[in-house]
Amino acid sequence: MGGSEIERLIQLLGRLPGLGPRSARRVALHLLKKRESLMRPLGTALHDAALAIKACSVCGNLDTVDPCGICTDTRRDPGLLCVVEDVDDLWAMERGRIFNGRYHVLGGTLSALDGVGPDELNLASLVRRVDAGGLREVIVATGATVDGQTTAHYIADRLAGRGVEVTRIAHGVPVGGELDWLDDGTLATALKARRAL
Amino acid sequence: MEWADEGIVLSARPHGEGGLVATLLTRDHGRHAGFVAGGASRAARPVWQPGNHVAAQWRARLAEQLGNYTGELRTPHAALALDDPPCLAGLSAACVVIEASLPEREPHPAVFDALLAFLGVMGHTGWATLYVRLELGLLQELGYGLDLTSCALGGPADELAFVSPRTGRAVSRQAAEPYRDRLLTLPDFLLRGGLARDADELRAGLDLTGHFLERHVFWPHNKPLPPARARFMESLQR
Repeated sequence: MGGSEIERLIQLLGRLPGLGPRSARRVALHLLKKRESLMRPLGTALHDAALAIKACSVCGNLDTVDPCGICTDTRRDPGLLCVVEDVDDLWAMERGRIFNGRYHVLGGTLSALDGVGPDELNLASLVRRVDAGGLREVIVATGATVDGQTTAHYIADRLAGRGVEVTRIAHGVPVGGELDWLDDGTLATALKARRAL
Repeated sequence: MEWADEGIVLSARPHGEGGLVATLLTRDHGRHAGFVAGGASRAARPVWQPGNHVAAQWRARLAEQLGNYTGELRTPHAALALDDPPCLAGLSAACVVIEASLPEREPHPAVFDALLAFLGVMGHTGWATLYVRLELGLLQELGYGLDLTSCALGGPADELAFVSPRTGRAVSRQAAEPYRDRLLTLPDFLLRGGLARDADELRAGLDLTGHFLERHVFWPHNKPLPPARARFMESLQR
């Protein structure tokens, strides 16, 4: 095959999620064929992004400015705070445009097995934000997994008695979902979280 | 190599993009790991949550290999515990302690049955008592069982109230007098059976099993007791 530059390019592309060695070769070849229209702009974009994008010191989101655009957006409700595991969860919430508050990114979940404790997460800054005042509700939107819910309960404990309501997003039947196709765990959770009609 | 067995998921770590490595406590094959292709997918992830009871099949070309798991959910214990902080903490603690204690691929059907029973009663009256009994049984299976039948110092067997932190043998109230501050409290429910009367008794039971787990199982590996267990104890105090 080609020289060491091509090998290195394929090797690096192969480290991206969704790309194995074979698809990395395809992508590399495609980039090389579209050198001017795609490869150079992509290289510049990667370079610029690596220099400019940083984690927001308030919420942990990724943006080119610090504090990020969401934290400084005055149209958002400053009394609502949504706690998410990672930046991709924040992006998922933003995609739906259903939440008009602000966020706090934990950077993971407590993990009994992997030894991830509270100190490894962005929890101290969450408590500081709550103590600073101005919040009326903290919505914990961690995953419906054992680790995600352990983290949610831990957050509820830490924020108890600090004058803020702590809620969590619901678990259960997805919109458009049919009961027949749901796994037993989701069904059980949905049944437990039933409410009056 | 191929076998089918029922198992309880102890852990599931993401591996690659869509897969995960699950460790199950199976009835006949002990603590056994295997790769679950597509286990991290939206459809399969709920099955491989710690605490879930699954019907599993394991396949590999050679017995020494990691092998592949496929499985079907039997009881979604994890989902049932998600909303209950003490239950969730108990489930995590049980899975982590067993995962860290039991050797791989060595059948321990008694531990499997005890864990399944514990998961089954979670949330019901006195369920936390069963956690103490689970750890007591685990110590027994590992060869560090406590002797709570007679007094190590020759005292009367009907007045046992303490346990020696070194030997794991019970000591009667009278014989324990000179060493009382150095002994561990033996909660009454471990002698008479039944449930712990209050939180203090439960705490004494957890302190007792925690001491011997730490001494015999975790310290030799230079590891502390898992933080999940401490969180479980905290959640019971609230």
